[in-house]
Amino acid sequence: MSKARVATLWLDGCSGCHMSLLDMDERLLELAGKIEMVFSPLVDQKEFPENVDVALVEGAVSSDEDLEKILKVRARSKLLVSLGDCAVTANIPSMRNPFKVKDVLDRAYIENATLNPGAPVDAVPTLRPQARPIHEFVNVDVFVPGCPPSADTIYFVLAEILEGRVPDLGAKTRFGA
Amino acid sequence: MRPATTNVKTLKIDGRDLSGRQEETILEVARQNGIFIPRLCEMEGLTDVGACRMCLVEIKGQNRLLPACVTAVEEGMEVTTDSERLQNYRRMILELLFTERNHVCSVCVSNGHCEMQMLAQRLGITHVHFPYRYPKEEVDASHDRFVIDHNRCILCTRCVRVCDEIEGAHTWDITGRGIDAQVITDLNEPWGSSETCTGCGKCVHVCPTGALFEKGRSVAEMLKRRQFLPYLTMMREENE
Repeated sequence: MSKARVATLWLDGCSGCHMSLLDMDERLLELAGKIEMVFSPLVDQKEFPENVDVALVEGAVSSDEDLEKILKVRARSKLLVSLGDCAVTANIPSMRNPFKVKDVLDRAYIENATLNPGAPVDAVPTLRPQARPIHEFVNVDVFVPGCPPSADTIYFVLAEILEGRVPDLGAKTRFGA
Repeated sequence: MRPATTNVKTLKIDGRDLSGRQEETILEVARQNGIFIPRLCEMEGLTDVGACRMCLVEIKGQNRLLPACVTAVEEGMEVTTDSERLQNYRRMILELLFTERNHVCSVCVSNGHCEMQMLAQRLGITHVHFPYRYPKEEVDASHDRFVIDHNRCILCTRCVRVCDEIEGAHTWDITGRGIDAQVITDLNEPWGSSETCTGCGKCVHVCPTGALFEKGRSVAEMLKRRQFLPYLTMMREENE
């Protein structure tokens, strides 16, 4: 049996969902026999590849770069999993949404800065007006709420998908879990 | 001795033959018989207002859905509490509540103890189909002991009712209409300078979400004690 091509993506999130993924401990070894990690912050691969079977996406869409990435990931993946509350609801990143981007940047980089005040302008992606859930931009196949979803939940999701089933999360996770 | 005027109605709820007193609601009779009907605004011990629409049920012979909390039982009634149609509407209503304000469960004082969060899980909501509004809402921490966070308020009006009906202070009320509606203290003054608030904290403990909480509580730390209300009402009735 050929291994499933799995990718993970980190948009506007804290990487907690990726930490939770790693928290699977020895079950990672079991999964390693069944999957090939073709793209992830955890592996050294610069370009998101074609023909990905499962993409796990952490984080909200907050910048132009995030949007570009999620469109590419959707186009190149069979199954897209919205992983964690930031991807599903925009969660913490959305707390800036009631404010203007300029006010948010001024607050962080000018009002509260003690050294070299001024928002960065070069080499960083431009923030969009609001951080939004990824399903507002692309079709999502599986939603996994949780902040972060537990290692057990992520393992269950991956194991079910690898068995060709749609994971029924029921009592396993919830918003804020 | 039971007064002769007591009128018992027999009805069917989800195919079960049940009975209730004529002044009882469908929700009360369902609850007495262990039938779950979701609700967010209704609370035992307070008057019913039918505000949240979570308890909508189907009644045979009527196309219109009726809120179980304010619909009295009737002879021969056939009630369905859990059809696919009802589940769809309930999920829709709850999803709209999630989009209306900023319910950031992960950093909420009531995370893990919230009626709305638990209901979302029970109804199988894994995401919201409507665009979030992310409105700008205020937090009033002017009171010595309590905080109102409008980001988490679902306008169930439990605080308004408990303050008026049980505490007798009527500090809380509602201002505005529709999407602009807000709970207020006194004539929309800071809670801390309210002249009518007795500081009893009943509003905090009946609040289904993290909108009202005790100062100093951090994420997931606000446990609410709701048991007090039926006892308080019962004791008062006995004293009357």
